[in-house]
Amino acid sequence: METLWFSLVAFMIAMYVVLDGFDIGAGIIHNFVATNDAERRKVLASIGPVWDGNEVWLLAGGGTLYFAFPKLYASSFAGFYLPLIIVLWLLILRALAIEFRSHIRSDLWRPFWDVVFGGASFLLAVFFGAALGNVVRGVSLDARGDFFLPLWTDFRVGAEVGILDWYTILVGVLAAATLTLHGSLWVALKTDGELQQRAHRWARLAWPVTALLTVLVTIATFTIQPQVPGNFSRYPWGAIFPVLALAGLAGMRLWLRLETERKAFLASCLFIIGMHTSAAFGLYPYVLPATTGPEFGLTIYNTATTEYGLRVGLAWWIPGMLLVAAYFVFTYRRFAGKVRLDQVGHY
Amino acid sequence: MDTALGIHRFQFAFTVTYHYLFPQLTMGLALLLVILKTQYLRTNDEHYNRSARFWAKIFAINFVMGVVTGIPLEFQFGTNWSRFAEAAGGVIGQTLALEGVYAFFLESTFLGLFLFGEKLLGRIGHWFAGFMLFVGMWLSGFFIVATNAWMQHPVGYRIAEDGKIVLESFWALLLNPWLPWMYLHTMIGSVVTAAFVMASIGAYYLLARRHENYGRTFVKLGVTAGFVASILMLFPTGDRQGRMVARHQPVALAAMEGLFETREWAPVAILGQPDVERGRLDNPLTIPGMLSFLTYRNWAAEVKGLDAYRRDLWPDQIPLLYYSFHIMLGLGTIFIAVMSVAFVLLRKGRLYASRPALWTLMLMLPFPYIANTAGWFTAELGRQPWLIYGLMRTTEGPSVQVSSGNAMFTLIGFMGMYALLTVLWLFLCYREIERGPEPTQVS
Repeated sequence: METLWFSLVAFMIAMYVVLDGFDIGAGIIHNFVATNDAERRKVLASIGPVWDGNEVWLLAGGGTLYFAFPKLYASSFAGFYLPLIIVLWLLILRALAIEFRSHIRSDLWRPFWDVVFGGASFLLAVFFGAALGNVVRGVSLDARGDFFLPLWTDFRVGAEVGILDWYTILVGVLAAATLTLHGSLWVALKTDGELQQRAHRWARLAWPVTALLTVLVTIATFTIQPQVPGNFSRYPWGAIFPVLALAGLAGMRLWLRLETERKAFLASCLFIIGMHTSAAFGLYPYVLPATTGPEFGLTIYNTATTEYGLRVGLAWWIPGMLLVAAYFVFTYRRFAGKVRLDQVGHY
Repeated sequence: MDTALGIHRFQFAFTVTYHYLFPQLTMGLALLLVILKTQYLRTNDEHYNRSARFWAKIFAINFVMGVVTGIPLEFQFGTNWSRFAEAAGGVIGQTLALEGVYAFFLESTFLGLFLFGEKLLGRIGHWFAGFMLFVGMWLSGFFIVATNAWMQHPVGYRIAEDGKIVLESFWALLLNPWLPWMYLHTMIGSVVTAAFVMASIGAYYLLARRHENYGRTFVKLGVTAGFVASILMLFPTGDRQGRMVARHQPVALAAMEGLFETREWAPVAILGQPDVERGRLDNPLTIPGMLSFLTYRNWAAEVKGLDAYRRDLWPDQIPLLYYSFHIMLGLGTIFIAVMSVAFVLLRKGRLYASRPALWTLMLMLPFPYIANTAGWFTAELGRQPWLIYGLMRTTEGPSVQVSSGNAMFTLIGFMGMYALLTVLWLFLCYREIERGPEPTQVS
């Protein structure tokens, strides 16, 4: 049952990264691919009806994580206190930029929010990547399962780790590159003309960077976290997850060249899902390893709620997710196709 | 009070109080939007559709504010209250995750459709999007109030061997006897806010002689909804909520009423200041027997005062609790009076021409916000010194890893961020109100 919920929470987080990932990626390239106000409104309109729903995956995923693994939520949220609050502030600024930018027609107001949107999106990508890096590397947990990390120490991966070190920064940069690529493909899918061409160019630039960083991060991960190679050698069938990621990466390259945006974007989704499931598979059954010794690590077993709680949860989670799937299919079909500014409701 | 604990408490109180300025409008406004869209469907008069579109803009601004200030609350259970989150996660994790899965997705999906999809969906489809948005918002309120109701009156749990509070019955959690009245009281409170805001903007248009046809529609709907909701606030929801407190949190009731001594013919204080040091109410103006009657339906019944309880069971902020409760109750009474007079004038067809009545309606704008805030202060301070009533003290709840300096840093950060938000919010709402409901040529 714990393993099932581990998979379900991992699924929700992967959904969050795939969906809000393209919003964040669109934000990163927003100021570079869109050169005038009409183009920028197009970029925003491409995520306008969906970004809020995409961000709900973070809240619903976080809520589900809390309900299934309360100890993990309590320990990690308090331990990552400052970076999490900074993420909150970035999320606030980014949401304000998206929603309030187009309310006022002014040469000062709009560029200001454009920069906020781009900057907050970029920093969020780096922070989320670094957060994943921290979870993979592990933190200095004590016997009670608590920790509190400084933002950085000496940037080395040792016993006295900080939130930022060379490894977590590397993962952060990979996340930024991946989401830049993902967002570029989304913008290319939703727009046409010069804007689309520029988004294509960004995607073509971001691909080799992402591929190179993927190789580096994979090597680094296998070196610093012994749990990962251990799991892959114990359960060889788990190789399916990295194979999915590789297939996504290769697919992107192929379809980018052919300029079939839809397939390229789907390949990017596959890549992100493959990377996340690989990380989750590599850590299992750990959800937060300890740098202080494997016996202190938080696992799905020492953080999960009761069997009864998990069973009840399944009874409402499954129908709930079917409803969510229905909403998303409906919304994305309704707003399918290229963005046209004259069709955007009353905004 | 321990410094770090005090900062954690104040940060949560500050962020949650600020957050609730927005949902209390949007939850009620969602209902009024459905009414306007229904009127449009029934009459096919574009006037109602434009009215709905105007309020949808105000709604959207406030909804965004509610979302961005709501996310920090879900985070803070873990960041600032990790001991509480760890101990009670097995229970309240359920309602919080349910809110995410069932309410947030519903809200965000149909808000997107409602704001961006009018042309795509057609008249009936757009009405339906608005209706589902309303359902999502009220569902969200349900799960949050269910979480709070459990903290006020824990049910359906057991204590596991390791001391954690775990869920024993999912249905007991959702059928908590505390929940239905608290939920209705909260939701109708949000209708009061939305109705007063709508009436206030309508009165402003009438007084300023601008968009007068819309002003009349807003005043009419605002006053009608405000009249019904203000009465429902007091009876039955407020009354039943009060009797819940009397039965399950008698010490909180004694503190709310400033009743220091156990007595028969217990009074309700209209005025007075609790003096906790000397254990009495200064300069009191009271109605004898009223509290006995409200609590037990018997004027002579004995009501337990604070002296019946150990000092460490008293709420720790008695004056603030007392003032909050009295402000809520006093404003609630004023709301009934104002809305009754306005409603009678409306029925007689004299409201739109009565400048004193319109001025009053316009200036009432901030007060439902104050009343709703004071109501939540009453609930939350009345629960003290408990975080989960009778189970876990507030002193046991915060994250011990987070030092007072870190907490102070983020508290001040939130204050600065929210000051910025306030300016933006006022500016954007003001702009929409100034622009008015008439469609302009340029979009």
